[in-house]
Amino acid sequence: MNKIITVFVCIFWMTLPLQAQIDPSLLKDPTAHSKKDLLNMDAIYDRPFVTNKKAPVSLGGYVEANWQHIGTDGISDGHQLQFRRMTLFVASSISKRIKFLSEIEFEPADKEIAIEFAAVDMEFNELFNLRGGMIINPIGAFNQNHDGPKWEFTDRPISSVAMLPATWSNAGFGIYGKKYNKNWMIGYEIYASSGFDNSIIENTENKTFLPAAKKNTERFEELPSGTPLYTTKVAIRHSKIGEIGLSYMGGIYNKWQDDGLVIDEKRSIHVFALDFNTTLPKTNTFITTECAWVNVDVPKTYSEQFGNKQFGGFLDIVQPVVKRTIAGWKDAVINIAVRMEYVDWNKGQFIDTGSNIGDHLWSIMPAVSFRPNSQSVLRLNYRIQKQTDVLGNPPSNTAGFNFGLSTYF
Amino acid sequence: MNHRSTFVCSIVAFTVLLIISCDKFEPEAPADDSLLDGPVNGLTYEQNRQFLAGDIAFNDEIFTPATGLGPIFVATSCGSCHAGDGKGTPFTTLVRFGQTDSTGNKYLHLGGPQLQNRAIPGFQTEAIPQGASSSKFTPPANTGLGFLELVSDEDILAISDPDDRNGDGISGVPSYGYLPEFITPNSNALVKNGKYIHRFGKKAAAYNLLHQTVNAYNQDIGITSTFTPHDVYSGHTIDPEVSDKTVRDVVFYLQTLKAPIPRSKGNGNFETGKALFTQINCSGCHTPQLQTGYSPVSALSNKTIYPFTDMLLHDMGAELDDGYTEGFAKTSEWRTPPLWGLGLSPNSQGGQYFLMHDGRAKSIEEAIMMHGGEANQSKDKFKQLKESEKSAIIQFLKSL
Ligand code: HEC
Ligand code: HEC
Repeated sequence: MNKIITVFVCIFWMTLPLQAQIDPSLLKDPTAHSKKDLLNMDAIYDRPFVTNKKAPVSLGGYVEANWQHIGTDGISDGHQLQFRRMTLFVASSISKRIKFLSEIEFEPADKEIAIEFAAVDMEFNELFNLRGGMIINPIGAFNQNHDGPKWEFTDRPISSVAMLPATWSNAGFGIYGKKYNKNWMIGYEIYASSGFDNSIIENTENKTFLPAAKKNTERFEELPSGTPLYTTKVAIRHSKIGEIGLSYMGGIYNKWQDDGLVIDEKRSIHVFALDFNTTLPKTNTFITTECAWVNVDVPKTYSEQFGNKQFGGFLDIVQPVVKRTIAGWKDAVINIAVRMEYVDWNKGQFIDTGSNIGDHLWSIMPAVSFRPNSQSVLRLNYRIQKQTDVLGNPPSNTAGFNFGLSTYF
Repeated sequence: MNHRSTFVCSIVAFTVLLIISCDKFEPEAPADDSLLDGPVNGLTYEQNRQFLAGDIAFNDEIFTPATGLGPIFVATSCGSCHAGDGKGTPFTTLVRFGQTDSTGNKYLHLGGPQLQNRAIPGFQTEAIPQGASSSKFTPPANTGLGFLELVSDEDILAISDPDDRNGDGISGVPSYGYLPEFITPNSNALVKNGKYIHRFGKKAAAYNLLHQTVNAYNQDIGITSTFTPHDVYSGHTIDPEVSDKTVRDVVFYLQTLKAPIPRSKGNGNFETGKALFTQINCSGCHTPQLQTGYSPVSALSNKTIYPFTDMLLHDMGAELDDGYTEGFAKTSEWRTPPLWGLGLSPNSQGGQYFLMHDGRAKSIEEAIMMHGGEANQSKDKFKQLKESEKSAIIQFLKSL
């Protein structure tokens, strides 16, 4: 795999005329590019920035705060007022064809200030750009396109945060490119990065849990397995039909040697994701969906509590119902929306009984959102959720309201 | 009023409405009698706090290799095997091996008495040594155990009948055993040749809930404590991996879990079933009513309870004899399990029944038909009952 990538990189390097440019407008004015020309993988640059002509940097960011009142089986958490996060983007065009973007996230509840993305892009050709630094692995679409104000729901999709690791970033290098042809557009990304560790099967969630690896900040310094995590994505968009993305992320996840001594077998992880989004022409209905399959090599001698196969996904349907001046806001929009989600953390059967292993969840969340402008949203969600434990016992029922505010600034 | 204020007013009104009524949009609590977990009524604030600490340690504290799991183990937390404090399934069933009589376990040097059939990455699991007999143990429910712990030795002795003086074919014996060093016997304990009456576990080989808890940490999860400092894998003493406080909190949690609440309402067969249960002498072992002694926790002190167990060992016949035992019990002897909460078993067994010590019975009727030995007469009487009478007994048992 290593070799293939190296060869691939070299061929690109040598054969491409080094002439294309990064479109600087992406950094300056998000409206300059029609949304239709953008792929999910462009989302990290497709953000509103403020630029002062004299200053070398552009700034941006978003905040998310919400109120929630949710209960499970008669036990309510009561009123919860939450400041989820504030994220700051700092971007700069170092030269016409070199730019830098960083995304810094403050999550007070986790006492966390985390760099989510901090990468330098060098452009050689439309089809060949180099990116290095702290990158966001392009698995699925949500990981790259996760900004609060873009969504009609205060919570991130469960499959994206509790099966896949949302905002999963790593130290890494990669190449990406894009090609347009009339209504068509195709883009790709390939990265080698740091990645997972034993925590995905050794964690207090009592299940195979990829997001557990996010806690390991040493990954920006040292790869537990000594081999990179490879992530690759291909996306195709037709301006009338929509965008479809296929992505893969995989590698060896465990620390199998220490100080030159072999301490375990090499164990691999493979993640496949499929994402799709479109806007129906007549009704303007926006549909976005993503699903992912996770395969983890869990030692046979470990507990079946930790699954080796997972599946999960979500489907959002957003229908604008009013678009006019509301309360003095021009072109304000009211949407109704619904999100349907499903996650199975442990697919398969118990060895002893052959009966299905539980550990799954589904949820439906109707929503109303009000967008005074395209960069801000007020949203009200009602979640209905059923979660089944690993033994397949009667599910626990969760339901309640969520009201949130999110805006770019 | 212009548009803007109408809009703002309706938002404000809607929000207020939502805030006032949001409880109504949340799932209702399942009825108290449909749940096994939850504390006894009447705990003080302080006791509630300790209960909660124990609850968290029991249900939420998942051990990982970093916090001491294993290296060989059976499960990662108490709650993994005792979901909702109910009975377990074949997946949470464990295996013990290596002892056939009162001379003790002959396979301690080969990993006995418990098979740790799982291991953290990089380690090998145990296997049952050749020639060792074994038995499977499916987790029992954990509710109401604090009450059972408080039944006096005297009361237990009073219902025992080793020589079957009353001639009903039932000759229950208390399980006598030596105490591990970390256990202080109750002040009212009866001693016989240095041995004390044990009452917990399927072979009644554990003296009290501390004994059971400490062994569970060690044998089920591979966690050492100051009580059992030996690592299951190496056999060497290592640093404690769970604190004394946590162990005590868990014990308190187990002690103060409520007793299952009978669901006899609307069950027309309850009284009929109950009468038949006594008539065919199921009650000869499954003693309907017991009394607790004094406890500093007033919610447990001097209470009448309905557990349907005598906490005695009974010879259950060849079919249930796995050729393995613990303490001073015979291989064919099992301690009568409490029947309270029986009807709620499927809620923690993945929607089905796995009854008897190893979960071999898939229904209550099957469980009854597997009774042998001292319970033969009782079983035969059950077989002779009319279908409607059998079903009345089963309905009665389901509502316990
Ligand atoms: C691997 C699954 C498993 C785990 C983990 C486990 N148990 Fe158990 N538990 C069992 C089984 C099986 C039994 C029956 C064993 C016996 O009879 O000796 C049992 C019995 C008990 C009993 C005795 C019940 C009675 O009626 O006599 C108590 C109390 C108990 N467990 C508490 C705990 C505590 C506390 C923990 C965590 C420290 C724990 N268990 C962890 C499987 C488990
Ligand atoms: C001689 C004593 C004795 C008598 C009489 C007896 N039982 Fe039992 N019962 C036991 C023992 C001991 C077990 C546990 C056996 C095992 O675990 O393998 C048991 C298990 C059970 C179980 C399964 C409980 C569980 O949690 O798995 C049920 C149900 C039950 N008995 C009902 C009855 C009924 C109904 C009768 C009357 C027909 C009856 N028993 C008579 C001693 C007795």
